[in-house]
Amino acid sequence: MKTALKYLLLAGGALAFAYPFLWMLAGSLKPELEIGDLNIFAGTFSLRSYAQVLLKIPIGRAFLNSILVSAASTASVVVFGSMVGYALARLRFRGRATLYTVILFTMTIPFQIVLIPQYILMVKLGWTDTYMGLIAPTMMSAFSIVLFRQFFMAIPQALIDAARVDGCTEPVILFRIVWPLSRPVIITVALLTFMTNWNEVLWPLMVVRDQSLMTMPQIVTMFSTGGQAETQLGYLLAAASLLSLPVIVAYAFFQRYFIESMASTGLKG
Amino acid sequence: MTGPRSLVRRLAAGDRTAYWFVLPYAVFFCAFVAYPLVFSFILVFHRWNVVTPMEWIGLKNFDRLIGDGLFYRSLLNTLTFLVIHIPLQAAVALGLALLLNTAIRGRGFFRAIYFLPVVVSGVAVTILWQQLYSYDNGVLNAILRAAGLGRVPWLVDPSMAMPSIAIMATWKNVGIYIVLFLVGLQNIPRELYEAAALDGARPAAQFRHITLPMLNPTIVVIIVLSTIGGFSLFIEPYVLTGGGPMQSTLSGMLYIYNQAFSFDHMGYAATLGFVYALVILAVVMLQRRVIDTELTP
Repeated sequence: MKTALKYLLLAGGALAFAYPFLWMLAGSLKPELEIGDLNIFAGTFSLRSYAQVLLKIPIGRAFLNSILVSAASTASVVVFGSMVGYALARLRFRGRATLYTVILFTMTIPFQIVLIPQYILMVKLGWTDTYMGLIAPTMMSAFSIVLFRQFFMAIPQALIDAARVDGCTEPVILFRIVWPLSRPVIITVALLTFMTNWNEVLWPLMVVRDQSLMTMPQIVTMFSTGGQAETQLGYLLAAASLLSLPVIVAYAFFQRYFIESMASTGLKG
Repeated sequence: MTGPRSLVRRLAAGDRTAYWFVLPYAVFFCAFVAYPLVFSFILVFHRWNVVTPMEWIGLKNFDRLIGDGLFYRSLLNTLTFLVIHIPLQAAVALGLALLLNTAIRGRGFFRAIYFLPVVVSGVAVTILWQQLYSYDNGVLNAILRAAGLGRVPWLVDPSMAMPSIAIMATWKNVGIYIVLFLVGLQNIPRELYEAAALDGARPAAQFRHITLPMLNPTIVVIIVLSTIGGFSLFIEPYVLTGGGPMQSTLSGMLYIYNQAFSFDHMGYAATLGFVYALVILAVVMLQRRVIDTELTP
């Protein structure tokens, strides 16, 4: 009896989290008048909403923009972040302790204070309405540096010493010896960075007005608030579905990595 | 003995690789952290619309902020959000984590489902909830009606709109905290419960005197992260309500955004950001202090 109640509660929870998404997908595939129906399996199948979204906004282009921006910032955070993390963990240099303190300090700065000045910097550099404006401020992450540093501290010194005796330079040691041993932290940082940038919408709204440069969440936001959806529920649900599906598909395959990576953000507090 | 010059050279040679490694970060730090911080101190004393030259106005931005009803309104809205969001999120996360932490089948499956909204874009979630919350033909009101209850003016009533956003944000983020609570629960030594059971402590007493105190670190994380998240609230009201009805969902970030991009008041927007940053730091430090004195034995 008690077990039954437990499963009932768990299943109720699962329904509360999954049903809205299923309803959204179902609604995007129904004609406008049948969307209000709570039964997600009933009704007529129609691709009209998707056709209209594709017609009204360049969402395919936005998808590619999002991939470009997220991939570039992920590559940068992984490569440059691991270099800084490695220097902090395994290289001796003057100012190392200070640098680490500064990096920890930057994590405590509320972003509200730097947001407007960052935007103005973009204006001054002429980077509004450019990919550079979208990518540059995301190319480093203090949190990722801290994760890399922690991981690299645990790598045996003997391994690094042996490589140095063999005449390996530090970049070779980092990218050829340390990296292959660091898959968990690289996956965590890469997934986290990609996800954060994929879902970011405030910054794109600030620096990009040109529709051809908009990221996917941005263009869907504009579609929803700008009146282009013509208050057609189906169009909105189709746009939201197109925005969610790539992530949901990726999540279905790499669910464990997603959960471990995203939960690690909670451990920094 | 090495002379000072050769010492410098030796150090520099040893340090050089390291400096190359941290150089990209140094450039990034100067451009996107140091410069904006310094520039924000300058901007708060100016009136500026980006196009015409900056105009020095002394402390007028702060004067204006002190008398700005919308600023207080946005603070109050954030507070409303936090007061509902934090306890709700902690309770739901703890409840589901406790259920998941028992001997059940399909733990991974349930955990994966609860976590799903965390990974999906906030824009998609907000568009979805806009339909769930719709007064006339929303899913939630349809369910309430089917259950013989009245309709709820989720986003229409100014006193309901912010609580509705807090519920939505809880649904979106609770997965992270379920996972964190699960980690916390699994780190509690089993012997504690065995010893307590031997002493005759009932499950409720065990929960009160072992589980809750051992979960303190996780609870602190929830409170601090949810607070920072609450102050960053932007896209939800932007898409869902545009800050309305009657400014009841105007969040701090949305107000900063409006001042900067609807009215081109860069100086005042920077001032708002500056003051909000101070408020956030103060609130988080206050929380830490209260938590330290209240929760640590």
